[in-house]
Amino acid sequence: MVTTDTTRVTNGSNGTAADPGYAERKNRGRLQEIAAGKWFPPVVDHQLEREEPVLTVKNFCLWYGKAQALFDVSMKVPKSKVTALIGPSGCGKSTLLRSVNRLNDLVDSVRISGEMNLYEDSIYAKGVDVIELRKRMGMVAQKPNPFPMSIYENVIYPLRIDGVRDRRILDEVCETSLRGAALWDEAKDRLHQSALGLSGGQQQRLCVARAIASEPEMLLMDEPCSALDPIATGKIEDLIDQLRGEYTILIVTHNMQQAARVSDYTAFMYLGQLVEYGATASLFKKPQLKETEDYISGRFG
Amino acid sequence: MVWLAGGMLALCSVMIIALILLVVVRGMATFWPGAIASYHTVDGQIVTGEVTRSSTYEPRPELIDTLPPEAQERARQLLAANDGLAERVLVRTGNYELDNSHFAWVSNYTIERMEKPEWFVVMERLTWGRFYGVPTAFYVDGELVADTPADVWREFERHHGDIRKRWQQRRTLESKAIGRINHQQESARLELRGAEIAAQQARLNHGVRSEQYLQAQAVFERQQQRFNQVEAEFERRYADIREEIVALNQENERYQIRLMTVNGQEKSMGMAEVVRAYPANQLSLLGRIGVYLDRWQEFLLDDPREANSEGGVFPAIFGTVVMTLIMVVFVVPFGVLAALYLREYAKAGPLVSVIRIAVNNLAGVPSIVYGVFGLGFFCYLVGGSIDQLFFSEKLPNPTFGTGGILWASLTLALLTLPVVIVATEEALAAVPGSMREGSYASGASKWQTIQRIVLPRAMPGIMTGMILAMARGAGEVAPLMLVGAVKLAPELPIDSIAPFVHLERSFMHLGFHIYDLGFQSQNSEAAIPMVFTTTLLLILIITLLNVGAIWLRNRLRRKFVVSAV
Repeated sequence: MVTTDTTRVTNGSNGTAADPGYAERKNRGRLQEIAAGKWFPPVVDHQLEREEPVLTVKNFCLWYGKAQALFDVSMKVPKSKVTALIGPSGCGKSTLLRSVNRLNDLVDSVRISGEMNLYEDSIYAKGVDVIELRKRMGMVAQKPNPFPMSIYENVIYPLRIDGVRDRRILDEVCETSLRGAALWDEAKDRLHQSALGLSGGQQQRLCVARAIASEPEMLLMDEPCSALDPIATGKIEDLIDQLRGEYTILIVTHNMQQAARVSDYTAFMYLGQLVEYGATASLFKKPQLKETEDYISGRFG
Repeated sequence: MVWLAGGMLALCSVMIIALILLVVVRGMATFWPGAIASYHTVDGQIVTGEVTRSSTYEPRPELIDTLPPEAQERARQLLAANDGLAERVLVRTGNYELDNSHFAWVSNYTIERMEKPEWFVVMERLTWGRFYGVPTAFYVDGELVADTPADVWREFERHHGDIRKRWQQRRTLESKAIGRINHQQESARLELRGAEIAAQQARLNHGVRSEQYLQAQAVFERQQQRFNQVEAEFERRYADIREEIVALNQENERYQIRLMTVNGQEKSMGMAEVVRAYPANQLSLLGRIGVYLDRWQEFLLDDPREANSEGGVFPAIFGTVVMTLIMVVFVVPFGVLAALYLREYAKAGPLVSVIRIAVNNLAGVPSIVYGVFGLGFFCYLVGGSIDQLFFSEKLPNPTFGTGGILWASLTLALLTLPVVIVATEEALAAVPGSMREGSYASGASKWQTIQRIVLPRAMPGIMTGMILAMARGAGEVAPLMLVGAVKLAPELPIDSIAPFVHLERSFMHLGFHIYDLGFQSQNSEAAIPMVFTTTLLLILIITLLNVGAIWLRNRLRRKFVVSAV
């Protein structure tokens, strides 16, 4: 069931006759307007309001030095669902994802405004323990980034830094995580060999295993398949499918087919603004904005 | 351009290979026992000894005029046939105490005939250098036992081993046993002196009639009494040892060998004086190899003698290795931590840039400047203060307030610090950002990330810095002359006397040893081959240290081998 938030749509593109530049703007279309620096409220599917949000983003803006990368982004990421962020390169989807676990803190020049909440807990409030916060989320990076240690040590890394010493717990977590990441059968005989000897696809699944080892409330995936071949990509997609329902997943992807295949909800971003956000099935079949349709059908971007 | 670049590389390689070949060939040849040649010259002299090298020169005509008339004609013909050039050989004649020279030049136009005498024996002695002569008599307790060369030689071989063993025993007694007594005596004396100082202090601070002074004085007097007892005990033990030594000496003095030089002079000598002897022209190839290896063994394992130009270099090897290792122990943690702060914690800015430039400039400071700094700062300032605080009873004799292996190591650590910092910084910068992010995303703190991800990953690069620092430090000589390397160190920096590691002691160093041999030696002709051998040894030791470190690095690197993604 898809209902449309008509008021918002009209709000964004029609304007009033009294607006002097109205006719000209209508001709240029929404994307040109965004490029010219105008802000539009996103078109959001009603269905999302029925979901319980894990992550709530409110009026989030981000600057790299003087350049603004995110403009007033507001969205809710639903629990136990896979949410995909799509959009052309440089639209800020990765930046948004990295803002969730505050990895952007590592870049000196970053400033932000607005809010983000993980459940009820503010992410950007003063005095937040960033380390504790990051422990509640797992992250899979664009390129596989296994650590220079054994497979076993890689998986239990989050527990190691928490000071867990109990061999039984560690062994158990290692096995369940590797099984969870569909890597157990391939890796169980070489747990104590270097993780760097695994293939790229295996390394990426290892990173997934590491990300789920501490049972996070949310999984962040930043284009997890962009460095992988089609077969490895297929395996990761299958894995995401298995994790659905158990974990809340926010995934950034370049690949529209992938978003259509794996996600429940999709958010389309453009030049730092959230443009349209809705259930994947309807967004891909019948997007409410012509611009979204143009993008997913490959007419630009 | 390719030819120019390639040519330069070829030139570099040729120079390096030539240098190494020179060092290896001449260094290896030093200990080979050559044959003994006897040159009978036209003016009736006989020059006998080992030929060490030859050269071509242009003799002045007046030189020919000094020859006997019948030889002049032949000499002129010979010179004319060779465009006025003559060959000459340098013969090591030894017998310094008899003819006041170790070497003699013999020109080819003066040689009447050359022969290889059968019974010339080379004797390497503790003093006066080598002796070349024919054994003529062997005495035991003053009685003639043998008088033909073969018999004398047989007697010599029969007794020499035992005599050397007794001599070794004597030397051990002198250095170890007496050394220990001296050491205990010294510490007893220092204890007494400490009590005396305490008493003086008490009198100065509290007055002659004060309780403190009386107490301290009582302690001092008790110490004095105990010291006298201990002293008497030491005297007794010392006398015992002296007696033992005298007995050994007397036993050795029973044997005498008599040799005759080529000029008919005779010389008797005690057998203990002779380190090694061999009839050079009777040795088989195997025998020569034996002498060669024996000399190498002495070189590597023994103490030097004859102002360092003979004997071994063991203290120098030991000093070099210990100093290099202590240096590494200081420079690596220091440099790595500094680089860690610069790269991981400091915010990039003008200050960091200035510091980085300063560190790089440190690498360009002449090493002697470090030596001067080390002497002024470490030896005099730091060492002087340590002496004031902890070794006041020894003053005015310095303990740490003078050059020593600790200060030398610290000075070299300072010298090699830039190498380690630069290499470590590069290694840290090469750790991929994705790995750090992965660690942060897993909830690791900054220090956990550095400790568990960054440092292990950067370790091979850090090791490279360490290797470079070691190569630089072990070969450095100039600063060491100021801060603790000496010509002859009586004791090693690590030995069996508590507290076993004596960081305040001065030490011998191979690099300094080379300088000393080459430029400070009395008998420079004999020292030159030793310079090559010692250089070869120094290069070998540095190579060995480096190979060890490279092996360690490769083991680490294999752990972090990056697969193709």
